Formats: sequence, C-alpha cells, structure tokens
Amino acid sequence: MNFEAVKSIYYFEMARMRRTLLQSVLSPVITTSLYFIVFGTAIGSRIQTIEGVSYGSFITPGLIMLTLLTQCVSNGSIGIYFPKFTGTIYEILSAPVAMTEVLLGYVGAAASKGLIIGLIILATASFFVEIRIAHPFMMILFLVLTAITFSLFGFIIGIWAKNFEQLNVVPMLVVPPLTFLGGSFYSIDMLPPFWQAVSHLNPVLYLVSGFRWSFYEIADVNPMISVGMIALFLVICLSVLGWMFKTGYRLRN
Amino acid sequence: MTSIVSIRQLTKTYGNGFQALKGVDLDIEEGEILALLGPNGAGKTTLISIICGIVNPSSGTVKVGGYDVVKDFRKTRSLIGLVPQELTTDQFETVWNTVCFSRGVYGCKPDPALIERILKDLSLWTKKDSMLRELSGGMKRRVLIAKALSHEPKVLFLDEPTAGVDVNLRRDMWLVVEKLRESGVTIILTTHYIEEAEEIADRVGVIDGGSLLLLEEKAKLMTKLGRKQLRLELAAPLSALPESLESYNLTLSDDRTTLIHDYQGEEAQDSIASLLATLARENIHFRDLSTRQSSLEDIFVALVAEKAGERA
Repeated sequence: MNFEAVKSIYYFEMARMRRTLLQSVLSPVITTSLYFIVFGTAIGSRIQTIEGVSYGSFITPGLIMLTLLTQCVSNGSIGIYFPKFTGTIYEILSAPVAMTEVLLGYVGAAASKGLIIGLIILATASFFVEIRIAHPFMMILFLVLTAITFSLFGFIIGIWAKNFEQLNVVPMLVVPPLTFLGGSFYSIDMLPPFWQAVSHLNPVLYLVSGFRWSFYEIADVNPMISVGMIALFLVICLSVLGWMFKTGYRLRN
Repeated sequence: MTSIVSIRQLTKTYGNGFQALKGVDLDIEEGEILALLGPNGAGKTTLISIICGIVNPSSGTVKVGGYDVVKDFRKTRSLIGLVPQELTTDQFETVWNTVCFSRGVYGCKPDPALIERILKDLSLWTKKDSMLRELSGGMKRRVLIAKALSHEPKVLFLDEPTAGVDVNLRRDMWLVVEKLRESGVTIILTTHYIEEAEEIADRVGVIDGGSLLLLEEKAKLMTKLGRKQLRLELAAPLSALPESLESYNLTLSDDRTTLIHDYQGEEAQDSIASLLATLARENIHFRDLSTRQSSLEDIFVALVAEKAGERA
C-alpha cells in the first residue's frame, strides 16, 4: 500500500479546495441560506407543519442532501477529469500506485469536502430553524455513506467524460431533478398514488427519507431500506470502477 | 553490460484499430544514453508510455530492472522517471509543491534537502515559490524534469525534451543529461532533432511505422552508413584527371580547381593515404583540403525513405 501517494493526492485535492474557498464553501452556504429565507421563512410560515415538524425544519435534511450530492458528484468528477484534461494524469498513471489508492486519495478528498460543506450547511440551518437530531449516529452514517457513494459516482463520470459538457451533465441536469423530486421539499404522502409509486424509482428518495428520519423520525420509506439502497448504490459504483480499472477504460487505452 | 530495460515482441493496437507498435524487441543497457529517432506518429511515445505504465500493452513483455511492468508495476515504476512531451503542469501550483507532490505520489517520504538540490541543479531554486503558469516554456520543461527526478529514478525517459526550446536552453539541457548519466542514470530520449542524438547519445534507435528499423552504436552507425567526402582545392586548375587517378572515385569540379573524392565510412579509410601519395607523385599540389561527413540526419532520411520504398 502506497500511503504516501494517497496522502499526497488527498492533500493536493484539499489544497485545491482552500485555493477556491469562496467558490467551494461560500457559494453553497449562500445558496442554502436563500432556500431557507424563501422556502423556510417566507413561504414556510404559511405552510402548516408536516407530521408535527415545521416546514423550515422539514426541508433541512433535504437541502443538506441536495448540496452534498451536487458537491460530491462535481468534486469527485473534476478531481480526476481535470488532470485528464490538462495531461498531468500521466504522472498518476506512471507512478507506482494502484488505481485503488488513486481512488482513495481523490474520493477521500471529494467526500471530505462534501462532508465539510454538509456540516457547514447544517450549522447555517440552525440559525434559521429549529434542528433536532434524534439519531446522531445514524445521521453521520447516512452523511458519510452518501458522501462516499456519490464521490465514487462522480469519479466514474470524471473518467467517462470526454469534455466539460459531459462532465457537467450529471451534476447539473440529473442530480437536481432527482433531488427535487425525491421528497426534499415535501413528503411523498402528499402526492397522488401514481406519483408516489414513481417516486420509489428515484434513488435520492431513499437518501433524503433516511436522512430525515435520523433527524425527526419521520420517513417516507423504512430507514433500513434506505441504508440498504445506499449500500447497493455503493456496490454498483465500486463494481463499475473495478471494471474500469481492470480494462483501463479511457485511462490507459 | 546488463540491460535494465528489456522489451520482447511488444505490440500495441489502439481501440480505433491503429497498430502503433508491431513487435518491438529492444534491450537498453544500464547507464547508457539511448536516442530513439523517428518521424511523428512512428510509435516512440507509445513505446515509452507502455514502459512507464501509462498505456497497457496489447501483447509482448517489458521488463525493467528484471521486473515485469504489468505484474510488478510498483517495482518497475519506482525505478522510472518520465518527462512527457507536452508541457503539462498544474497551472496554479508552485514549483516547490508540484515537485514535492511528485515525490509523494511515487511513495517516497518527503525529503526537502533532496528537492532543494534538484531545483538548484536545474537552476529553478529562485523560482521555487512561483506559480507554474508564471513560468516560461523552458522553465516549465525544467520543472517537469525536476518532478521526474524527485524520486531518484534509475531510468529516465525524456520524450522530446527540447521540442520548442531555444538553443541556449537546449545546450543547458544536454549538460543536465550528461550530469545525470555521470550519476549512473540510464537515459532514453526521443527526438526528431537529429543533432540532439548526434550530440549526446551512445546508441541510436530508429523507429518508424511501429517497428524498430535499426539499433546501433552512434559512432558505428556514422561510420557504417555515413558517406564521407574529401575536397581538395588545387593550387592550379587541372585540365584532365591523370590515368593513375582513375581507380579512385574522383570527380573534378566544373571550374577544374577542386578534386572531390566520395567514399563510404570504414571501407576506404586507407585509400585516402594512397590517393594523397599518388597526387604527390603526379605533382598535383593542393592549397587546402576539407572533409565532410554526412550527419545522422542524412542517414536517417535515407533509411526512412528506403523502408518506405520497401513497404510501397
């Protein structure tokens, strides 16, 4: 195991975050604050509580998930795409380092960044609404598992993408609709039965529901099913990456 | 001499069907400077990329220091440093950080004293805190060399090290290469500047169309294939060549004041002595003489043209 390499890649990636502090940290915080002001305070004050939780508090877990998913997918993909784009990837590919170690460095950094931002948003939210965390351990578990899984997913996109357009398609056009339609801002009980059934095809529903359960013990699906779904998605991502590394897909061909 | 890199029947066919290498066999000896010459698209970069582990081979084996580059990639890649052809750098990193990063990725513990020495050797020390995007092309090239040396490799690949580099810097680069060789590093450089190979290489390999056409010690190559020409400026114009000189391959210039003798490398080395003796006997005096040896470039162009002819 080449720990020095994992460490170097990890610190290198974290340094990139420090250099772009405004963009990486401040922008998600401002965006989320706007959501709280608009949905939580302005509109939320006219909405009744959902299952005994005020609307502002209800949407907090969904908002954290929205940002966590977007951040992890984009950080995970840019981390590996950028060296591919500039050509500096040659160094990673010619170094005595296994792709699993490369993955550990990049995905570790992307997930760390996502987690840091997620926690910052949680802290921001507590200024606007009342936050209660019923199952702190489960909350952290959901956060960490989701961060890792979606950073892996981002890494896959980064390897697959041949240009910036493809790189941005998933974080910009796939993640937000899935998150918005995954019950971030409403309970799917509010939907007609048909759309409730459709919502169950959306993987993000399970993340948001489980995560919200760890706060308020209210959930659209059984929290254990949520954990199972994240684990399943994690395994799928790892399998795809295993295949990519074995065949050298778009890296060594 | 033991070979540090040993390549057997190496082929590479890319996904789009392009066959970049067609069965290359090559042994690179420890401590030598080997120049790989070839036109663009000949397969030089593919060959290097496979040895360094960037590209997977289609078939054949490559061993570095006795280890297989696929199975024992950690061992082989630790032995190798690579300076790529393109000036690829992280624009927003400093020189110091990027070189330290390289050492880390190669699995070595930080060693600031070593990095300092490398930067000083490459005249980069004063630039250590500069961002890479602020550097000139030549300086970036040095940074890439520093990165490649950061883990103290035994084998260094320089892929077109002086492409787009001005003459002074090219000279500097050659000095750096010479210094590295003295420290025992094996150096493989690809180039299409033939003068570069001529200047610093011990052996020369010529690659074209994915095959190694030729591999020879530079000096031998020059004498074996090199044409030589001796020009004698005569003291007085000559009306015609005397009979005694007819056995030599001689021509008289149009103004009849210069005798031109064409000969091939080794075979005719003693013929010059007898030619000069015959001239003296015939009382033909000359004011000046000059010899001209064909350069590697002439040899290379002839060789590639010949092989292209064979293929056609």
